[in-house]
Amino acid sequence: MIARFALLAALLAAFLRPAAAAEEQIVADLSQRQVPITADFDGSELILFGAVKRETPISITEPLSVIITVAGPSRPIVVRRKERVAGIWVNTDAVEVDLAPSFYAVATSRPFNQILSATEDLRYKISIPQAIRSVGAPMTIQDAPSFTEALIRIRANRGDYQFRPNTIAFFDQTLFKTSVTLPANLTEGTYKVTLYLTRNKQVVTSYTTNLAVQKVGMERWLYNLAHQQPLIYGILSIVIAIAAGWIASAVFRYFKG
Amino acid sequence: MTRVFTGNSGIPMQIYLPIAEVSVNAFLLLGLGGIVGMLSGMFGVGGGFLMTPLLFFIGIPPAVAVATEANQIVASSFSGVLAHLKRKTVDLRMGTVLLVGGLVGAAVGVQVFAMLRSLGQVDLLVKLCYVVFLGIIGLLMFVESLRAIRRAKKTGTAPARKKHNWIHNLPLKMKFRTSGLYISVIPPLIVGVLVGVLAAIMGVGGGFIMVPAMIYLLGMPTKVVVGTSLFQIIFVTGFTTLLHATMNYTVDLPLAVLLLVGGVVGAQFGAMIGTRLKAEQLRILLAVMVLAVCAKLALDLLLTPSEIYSLGPVGHA
Repeated sequence: MIARFALLAALLAAFLRPAAAAEEQIVADLSQRQVPITADFDGSELILFGAVKRETPISITEPLSVIITVAGPSRPIVVRRKERVAGIWVNTDAVEVDLAPSFYAVATSRPFNQILSATEDLRYKISIPQAIRSVGAPMTIQDAPSFTEALIRIRANRGDYQFRPNTIAFFDQTLFKTSVTLPANLTEGTYKVTLYLTRNKQVVTSYTTNLAVQKVGMERWLYNLAHQQPLIYGILSIVIAIAAGWIASAVFRYFKG
Repeated sequence: MTRVFTGNSGIPMQIYLPIAEVSVNAFLLLGLGGIVGMLSGMFGVGGGFLMTPLLFFIGIPPAVAVATEANQIVASSFSGVLAHLKRKTVDLRMGTVLLVGGLVGAAVGVQVFAMLRSLGQVDLLVKLCYVVFLGIIGLLMFVESLRAIRRAKKTGTAPARKKHNWIHNLPLKMKFRTSGLYISVIPPLIVGVLVGVLAAIMGVGGGFIMVPAMIYLLGMPTKVVVGTSLFQIIFVTGFTTLLHATMNYTVDLPLAVLLLVGGVVGAQFGAMIGTRLKAEQLRILLAVMVLAVCAKLALDLLLTPSEIYSLGPVGHA
């Protein structure tokens, strides 16, 4: 037992050392830790701000850059493609994307490819295409990448995927601030906000925090009822429908007669 | 920097739907409900064949749209049937016979739907079903109503439809006093089953098939047809709502409430307008609408879509 604990401690120490040894660290916070989805929820604006904590003087020759990502809960998704078969458009090929975040935003302080190398992007999965995990398409599909491209295109058009270079204000290599617009059609779940500091296209340090997006009040109550007491919920739906129909009829009879 | 205003910002009132998980304009939903409800009251159709595609169009997930629409139809049909009961234009006996067939058909239809889903391409089959049935029914009604109007102009009065054909020679006869019919229960039962199957597959109440079937196959008077169709639609869609709520959790109550508040009011106005129009005019209007929806769906299948890719949850066809 003690031996196992010692091993764990040693592992932890080994794991933590590079971070502790880093010259610069991020101190950051969000304008809100929770996004409550109420009945009149119409999107929200999230403000992220922070500072670089350092013990050494600011390096002039090798400036820092900031990248911030906000990722919604990931789910598998099917991307289908239509083709013309005998004159009509039919879904033919389909590719299952293993995991795609319901929401994903990337903001940077400078042009993306000037502050992050492709290998670092691959390692930390920062850019939108990297954030989507697509292991393999069926052998019959020749152009699998076009399906992930379509996924990104469709979601970007809806405001679910946002690529926003140069939108982080970064003052004196120390203070930074940006805002991310959360769309009205937000999926519930834990959102991961990650901040990266980069230098020479390499990630120097990163900081991750969570943002809870949750239905509250009536939204919460109805959602729970629908999933936990579906029969009661179904009967309630029908009773409301019948009552509404009866009331409308009674009101009209009153006005006519 | 973009700024998003959250709620309470004047007229365009957005509402977040807890089951559909989308935010939509409440007044848009009320308006859609009202228009479709009016058609429902006028023609005795549930309006699902119009509303369901409209809901897809404004971004409601299809599974939620189909289930919630069923619930809304319960309300508008109930409101409509009350107006018809007052005027004694509901053949309760015929409605019950059709309903028995309809429930059997719906149960079969749900099975067929599940089978099609496992084979994939259920969307396409549903759309083809719509195009074919709406096309045939719309055309038949349109031509027949035109002829009836022309004849009415010549003679001054609308002629009585043929009261006797092979259908009237079947056994198990029953008296349907309100409809003024003395026919076998077999044809209405079969009509009920067929409509039930189609309704379950196409995700609608089935009024747009039921109404012409009652007029042309059973020879019921048009005035009685509307109320009777509404009567049986209440039960079929109520049953469907319950199935969707317990099996798929896809009934969105706030969405249903907004649609049905608009819908029940519209249905009352519709029933009022319906009594002022002649039967032939009513039928030709319904025919034109059925054909318009058919044309829209057919064009969607034929024209090159702007986005040939689509996203869907895993595990559905």
